Amino acid sequence: MQKTVLNEEHRRSGARMVDFAGWEMPLHYGSQIEEHHAVRRDAGMFDVSHMCAVDVAGDDARAFLRRLLANNVDRLQLPGKALYSTMLNEAGGVIDDLIVYHLGEEDFRIVINAATAANDLRWMTARRDEWGLAVTISARREGADALAMIAVQGPQARQKVWQALPECQPASAALQPFFAATVGEHLIARTGYTGEDGYEITLPAAQAVRLWQRLAEAGARPCGLGARDTLRLEAGMNLYGQDMDESVSPLDAGLAWTVDLAAPRDFVGKAALLAKPQQHRFLGLLLLDRGVLRAHQRVDSAHGPGEITSGSFSPTLQQSIALARLPLPAAVGDVVQVSVRDRPLAARVVKPCFVRNGSILV
Amino acid sequence: MNIPTDLKYTRSHEWVRIEADGAISVGITDHAQELLGDLVFIELPEPGRELAAGQEAAVVESVKAAADVYSPLSGSVIENNAVLADSPELVNQDAYAAWLFRIRPASVAELDGLLDAAAYQEIVAAA
Repeated sequence: MQKTVLNEEHRRSGARMVDFAGWEMPLHYGSQIEEHHAVRRDAGMFDVSHMCAVDVAGDDARAFLRRLLANNVDRLQLPGKALYSTMLNEAGGVIDDLIVYHLGEEDFRIVINAATAANDLRWMTARRDEWGLAVTISARREGADALAMIAVQGPQARQKVWQALPECQPASAALQPFFAATVGEHLIARTGYTGEDGYEITLPAAQAVRLWQRLAEAGARPCGLGARDTLRLEAGMNLYGQDMDESVSPLDAGLAWTVDLAAPRDFVGKAALLAKPQQHRFLGLLLLDRGVLRAHQRVDSAHGPGEITSGSFSPTLQQSIALARLPLPAAVGDVVQVSVRDRPLAARVVKPCFVRNGSILV
Repeated sequence: MNIPTDLKYTRSHEWVRIEADGAISVGITDHAQELLGDLVFIELPEPGRELAAGQEAAVVESVKAAADVYSPLSGSVIENNAVLADSPELVNQDAYAAWLFRIRPASVAELDGLLDAAAYQEIVAAA
């Protein structure tokens, strides 16, 4: 199993380690619910070094990404701007979802998922070669160039980062959401996967232990993948492999807002999306009865069947919530039945963003 | 690993306490609660329900997963620990205090089929 440079730190903090896509990662450090609340109320930190940073650079970097990604990389004009996108196959299925950071005119960094990284890199390299473009694609996960990533999230997250990295405060304090700044060897991005304010910090792997310890001294609570999952679910953010995969169109996974079909440019999967428009609505469910919604449970609505793609207990709402693929006519406010352990339970259809910046939205 | 010696156990990670009145209390072991993580929902059997040994009697759900709790013995349910409906975290805090349900056993002979602490310890160690 692969380990991040913070593995020993996690063990020292009493983490329960699990296999996540071939990486030994912390599930929690005692209580995932307390970690969840720490992020909503104060600040938590996550080791996300299992995700893969990939540098895409060269004369044709922008032209390459324009064709590779479903979102339009031409939306990245200002230095440091970040863009969320899917990468599709020819059939319009989602190979991965990712964030692209615009570091310089022909210099981009993409962060891809751990489980899909090897496949993504093969795909990207093959497309580059097929299109004959002058682009270097460099995964930054091994050797002397290896990077680590730490996400610090929560209403107090930015203050804790400034306490741990005072030299980064001037540049990072000025960042708008979804922008990043390079300070020395650190890339500090005002992005995240929790629905809270905070930063995602990318830095040389050799410096990660020191930063982790300084963040802990500043009061950022170590949080595992368990809390990361309930936080992103409450924030209505998709998880690759669960809410979408190569067999699912981004239009059916609530990601139409990330697909640019209007611009004249062509991109992989565009023809398939135009030929097969949206088939499902991707919405939230709030369980009205007692129980816990889980992925793959069947949903019965007045408009036909649907399926839960992610479900859990929401520590903030203190009830179960889910993301679900529902028939197209389904709408916010509908009451549907979910088969939970062979029993029909009532759930209300809601917008898929349950919690944002500490506030309940449903 | 916390495995009190005054209790009996099952291979499926339930604990059994024989009460003074001859009833038995049933819960899940500390090992089981640790594997599950934070519990968020518990479904308990209603008093009067007749259970066979090994039958699904309750459900405990954590943030991560759902698990069935099996009746260690045959008998009828005489009481459930209703406080757990609103405070499932009590099982995480003290798995041996947070009993789930009590049974009037149909036959005390079935008690002989349960594991003692040493035998349960071996099962946990081998897992």
